[in-house]
Amino acid sequence: MPKELWKGNEAIAEAAVRAGLEAYFGYPITPQTEILEYLSRRMPELGRAFVQAESELGAINMVYGAACTGVRVMSSSSSPGISLMMEGLSYIAGTEIPAVLVNVMRGGPGLGNIAPAQSDYNQAVRGGGHGDYPRIVLAPASVQEAIDLTTLSFDLAEKYRMITMIILDGSTGQMMEPAEMTALSEPKRKNFEWATNGAMNRERRILSSIYLNPLDEEKTNLRMLKNWKNVQANEVRYKEYFLEDAKYVIVGFGTAGRVALSAVREARAQGIKVGLLRPITVSPFPYEALDQLTSQAEAFLVAEMNMGQMLDDVLLTVRGRVPVEFYGRPGGVVPFHNEILDEIHRIATGPVTVQTDPRESWLTRMYGNLKIAVP
Amino acid sequence: MTTENLVYERPEAFTEMPTHYCPGCTHGVAHRLVAEVLDEMGIVDKTIGVAPVGCAVFAYNYFDTDFVEAPHGRAPAMATGVKRVLPDRVVFTYQGDGDLASIGMGEIVHAAARGENITVIFINNANYGMTGGQMAPTTLPGMKTSSSQSGRDVETQGYPIKVSEMLSTLEGVGYCARRSLHDPKNIRLAKKAIRTAFETQVRGLGFSMVELLSTCPTNWGMTPVNALKFVEERMIPAYPLGDYKISDAIKQIKV
Repeated sequence: MPKELWKGNEAIAEAAVRAGLEAYFGYPITPQTEILEYLSRRMPELGRAFVQAESELGAINMVYGAACTGVRVMSSSSSPGISLMMEGLSYIAGTEIPAVLVNVMRGGPGLGNIAPAQSDYNQAVRGGGHGDYPRIVLAPASVQEAIDLTTLSFDLAEKYRMITMIILDGSTGQMMEPAEMTALSEPKRKNFEWATNGAMNRERRILSSIYLNPLDEEKTNLRMLKNWKNVQANEVRYKEYFLEDAKYVIVGFGTAGRVALSAVREARAQGIKVGLLRPITVSPFPYEALDQLTSQAEAFLVAEMNMGQMLDDVLLTVRGRVPVEFYGRPGGVVPFHNEILDEIHRIATGPVTVQTDPRESWLTRMYGNLKIAVP
Repeated sequence: MTTENLVYERPEAFTEMPTHYCPGCTHGVAHRLVAEVLDEMGIVDKTIGVAPVGCAVFAYNYFDTDFVEAPHGRAPAMATGVKRVLPDRVVFTYQGDGDLASIGMGEIVHAAARGENITVIFINNANYGMTGGQMAPTTLPGMKTSSSQSGRDVETQGYPIKVSEMLSTLEGVGYCARRSLHDPKNIRLAKKAIRTAFETQVRGLGFSMVELLSTCPTNWGMTPVNALKFVEERMIPAYPLGDYKISDAIKQIKV
């Protein structure tokens, strides 16, 4: 396929259609509404299901219903809407059925704003809904990657009977970039042995998340963990940039990772041995790759558009062996590459030490940088 | 015994599982009517049920059809998801008054407004049964429940919601009726209404719902017989029986 100019949100919508999406249920919210708008036109054109639901609660439960039949189904929203979907998400997880959910993240908490943010990392990666359940979370950093990961998300969801979330910030959703779209194929209904699609010539089936006997629920929880171990062993994805001889390693996902790459390139031109690890699957997180870098790195810098959420996963991996520094822009602010370059200079000229919580020194620097009084 | 003498047997749409409902509760009657209708229409193998949260949470144990189990109040949304991808299947929800008329009010109103081709069996027993008899949106004024212990005070706890009347104003609704399960005559009328509701769905004539006035002897603190009297004497005046919406196309259906 030739490259075309695609807007992130519309690219995700079309990639889902081409991956065999049979039903979409959603609700308008900035900055993801283009996915809903695009599919309101595209799905009926192909004779596939589209419903603009009465709320995100309605949308996720329509997803739940359609997912029970074994078809490829998706919803999308942005941060406040995703919070509303957490109930349904927990039920889908508890029922162990595949579904895809896209979160085009915006600044929060609360109503926040509609600017790009990465502050739903913990909600996505740690669970968000009630109960103990794993989920796959993919974090694209470009429109092309958004297309590729949308395609992948349906395969992963079906393979592991697990929720697959795609988290991107509003800027990737809104920006236009040249990208290669996948080929359109007719949806092929797989005859899953668990799908509730009418008991014709077979025993009837029940799909639920109820295990009234705690021992059954415990077994279910353990089965989910076992399944998750397979995901961890087989599905970790990340991208490495300039890491072969890197003394300083930046870790950043999505747009923060992309901005960090510009800073890394400039620092390299200045002769600083710095590289970047960009997790693509933030869940399962690339612990092993990061662990290996710990023997080579003199310091890590975690760059995020939040107050330090993936930072905890990095701290957990590095375990105090090497200093970990943090630079974040929360609230819907996208860092400029020179801000991260300044951080690289600061770390390269040293000294940096191992800190219990790198957020504390970052906070002090932030108040200085922003020239606001410390409350 | 020859088959000529057989006047009563388990519907094929039922499993062998005995129900967990309290003695005197009319859930079992409502279940049976739905099962008989599925049998008579020959649609058991193409039916997918959506169970609620509430006393009927285990409805899937009793019906021998595919079943899914919805979060509290969300059954109409789940049913929408199933029906939209499998339009040739029969999809019904079975919901109580806490589920449908309180936490799930958004889902039921919009499923009805969209004219979703689903059938809703709505059990109105004027309280939250499963959690131990708290006040529901349908609790009668002055009625004592575990969360309206001096009787429902409309000044502070509001008025009952008449769901059938309300939904009947929506264009998407093909069929909407209220029936009662307090005596054999009314049970027969309820079955006819349930049949009409499923016929509405298989003909693609829009959203269909049957509200069934039901008993809850345990939480009402009454004997089963007194509970039936309560339905007749107190519930029916507050929730009049009747057909609240029958579209012209549905009037032609003979059941």
